[in-house]
Amino acid sequence: MRNRLIGAALAAVRGLAVLPGAASAAGDGPQPPEREWSFNGIFGTFDRAALQRGYQVYREVCAACHSMRLLYYRNLMQIGLSEAAAKVEAANAFIVDGPDSEGEMFERPGKLSDRFVSPFPNDNAAKAANGGALPPDLSLMAKNQAGGPDYIAAVLTGYADPPEGMEMSDTQSYNMYYSGHRIAMPPPLSDDLVEYADGTPATVDQMAVDVSHFLMFAAEPQLEDRHRLGVKVIIFLLVLTGILYALKRKVWSAVH
Amino acid sequence: MAAPKFDNPIVRWIDYRLPVFTFMHHEMHEYPTPKNLNYWWNFGSLAGFMLIVLIVTGIVLAMNYTPHVDHAFDSVERIRRDVPFGWLVQFIHMNGASFFFIVVYIHIFRGIYYGSYKSPREILWILGVVIMLLMMATAFMGYVLPWGQMSFWGATVITNLFSAIPLVGEHIVSWLWGGFAVDNPTLNRFYSLHYLLPFVIVGVVVLHVVALHTHGSNNPLGIELRGKQDSIPFHPYYTVKDFFGLGLFLTIFCLFVFFAPDYLGHPDNYVPANPLVTPPHIVPEWYFLPFYAILRAIPDKLLGVVAMFAAIAVLFILPWLDRSPVRSARFRPIYKQVFWLLVIDCLVLGYIGAKPAEGWYIHIGRLATVYYFAHFLVILPLLSVFERPRPLPLSIGEPVLGGGGPSPPGGGSAGAMERA
Repeated sequence: MRNRLIGAALAAVRGLAVLPGAASAAGDGPQPPEREWSFNGIFGTFDRAALQRGYQVYREVCAACHSMRLLYYRNLMQIGLSEAAAKVEAANAFIVDGPDSEGEMFERPGKLSDRFVSPFPNDNAAKAANGGALPPDLSLMAKNQAGGPDYIAAVLTGYADPPEGMEMSDTQSYNMYYSGHRIAMPPPLSDDLVEYADGTPATVDQMAVDVSHFLMFAAEPQLEDRHRLGVKVIIFLLVLTGILYALKRKVWSAVH
Repeated sequence: MAAPKFDNPIVRWIDYRLPVFTFMHHEMHEYPTPKNLNYWWNFGSLAGFMLIVLIVTGIVLAMNYTPHVDHAFDSVERIRRDVPFGWLVQFIHMNGASFFFIVVYIHIFRGIYYGSYKSPREILWILGVVIMLLMMATAFMGYVLPWGQMSFWGATVITNLFSAIPLVGEHIVSWLWGGFAVDNPTLNRFYSLHYLLPFVIVGVVVLHVVALHTHGSNNPLGIELRGKQDSIPFHPYYTVKDFFGLGLFLTIFCLFVFFAPDYLGHPDNYVPANPLVTPPHIVPEWYFLPFYAILRAIPDKLLGVVAMFAAIAVLFILPWLDRSPVRSARFRPIYKQVFWLLVIDCLVLGYIGAKPAEGWYIHIGRLATVYYFAHFLVILPLLSVFERPRPLPLSIGEPVLGGGGPSPPGGGSAGAMERA
C-alpha cells in the first residue's frame, strides 16, 4: 500500500508537468441554479421551520445510508426543538456504550451529549450495503461541495433519463449536476415521501430545499452567531476608523 | 541623542536602570521620518500587526488542536463548533494568513516601485525576502494541519518536488515525511515547525526594523532627506496615520472573517484527508498560485522546481540587477511602465496557477513565466543603462513648499493614493 501511495503521489506530481490534455476539468455539468436562502447575506439567519422539515427529511430518508457524525443531538435545540423534544429524538437512537464493569458492551438510549448515530458501524459495512459505493458523511456537505446548498438541492432534483447512447450500469443513475453524471445514489426523493408535521406539501423540490437548508446548518451551526457579531464588529470598526481619520487630519494639519 | 527628560519619577527611576523609555523616545519620537510618505507605506506596520494576530490566535488554536491523523480534522471542527468563540479564532487565523500575504505582497511591490531596495537598504530588502520565504514555509505547513483533502494532497505534491533533486531526492523526501508517505510523523513535524517558524519570523522582523531604522524610510521621491524641514517625528504623525490605515484594513479583513470566511479557501479541505482518493485538481492556497504556475510552466520536473525557487531567489539579487541610481519610479518613465507590466504578469501567473494545465493556459503560463524572469534579468539591467530619468527635485520640501514648483510627475494610481 505504501508503494501505491508513492505511486499516486508521483502521478500527481507528474500531472504538474504540463502535458496538453493531461488534466481535464471536472466540472462538466451545468452550474447549479442559485436559490434564495434565508441564511445568505450579512443579516442572514436560518429558517427554523425549514430546518426542522429538513431534519425530518434527513432522519426519515438520508439517514438510512448517510451518517452525520459531527452533529450532536443537543444541536437539535438550535433548530428550534424544545429540550424535551430533542431528548426524545436522542432517546430514539440506540448507542453502543461500554465496556461496563463486567467488561461487556451494552446498548442504551441516546442522550443530548451523544453524536448522531451512524447507519453503519464502519465504512466497509456502508460500502457492502450500497453496491460498493460509500455514502459520504453529510456533516460538511454544504461546505465541501462547490456551490454548497445550491449544489445539494440541484443534485437532489437533478435526476433524469440518460441521454441517447450513454450506458448506465445497474447501480448508477443519471444526474444532470453530478460530476461525470453517473451517481451511485438512486433518486432518493419522490413526492410525499415524508409527511411534514407543519402541513407543507412534500414535493421533491420542497424536500430538496429543506434538507439543503438543514445541511447548511449542519455544516456551520454557528453561522447566525457569526453574522450577528459581524454586523456589530463592522459598525464598530467603521465608527472607529472615522474617528481615527478625523484624528489623523487634526494631527497632520500642522504639516500640510 | 541626549537622554530625554521624563516628568514621571517612576519612569525616571526605571529609565535610569533600564532605558526602555529612552529607547522608545529615540525610535518613535526622535526617529526622523520623511514627511511625504503616502499610504503605500502603511503596509509594513500592517504586516507586523498581522504577524502578531496570527501568533496570538495560533497559540489559542494550539490549545485545542490535536496533531494526529485520526483526530486533526475533527479537532478543528470541534474548535469551530464547540469551543466558545473557537469559530472566530479559527476564521481569523485562516483568513489572517491570506491577508498577511496580501499585505506583504503590496509591501513588496511598494518597495519595487519606489526602489526601496537600493543602497543603503540592500540588507533591509534581503531580510524582507527572507521573511517572505519563512512565511511561505509557515503557511504551507499550517495548511496541512487541518488534515483535509487539500492539506494532504498539497503536502504530498509539494514535498514530492524535492524528489526531483538528482541522487538524493528520494532520500530527502522520505526524510521530510518521516516515513514512506505523508502520514502522522509528517503532520507532527509540520505542527512543531508551524509553531516554531513564526517566532523565527519575529526575529528576522526585528533585524528588518533595525536595518530600517539605521537609514530610515525611503520615500515616494526616492531622494535623501536634506535636513529637518524634510522630516517629521514618527510619533504622533505616522502612528496616527498607521492607526487610521489599520482601521480601514481591519474593516475589510472582518468583512471576510464574518461574511465570507471560506471565500479564499478550497471546498475540498472540508473533506477529511483520504490517501486513496486524489482530488481532480490539486491547487495550493491562492498566495502560492503564481509560483505554482511557474513550476508547471516548465515541462521538466527538476527544472520546474529550480525555476520556482529561482523566482524568489531573483529577488535577493534585485538590488544588483537594477543599477539605476534613481530610486523612485516617478522619475523613471520606462521603469514605471514595466513595473505595472510586472504586476499584471504576476496576476496572470496567479490566474494560470488556478487553472488546469491544458490548452491555451499552458502557453500563456509559459509566456508569463518568461516575462517574469526577463523583467528582472534582462529589462532591469538594460534600463539601468538606457533609460534617461527625469530630473530629481532638490529636496522633499521643494515640491511642497515651492507651491508652483514642478509637480512630481507621479500620476496614476500611486499618485492618487498620496495624501501625506
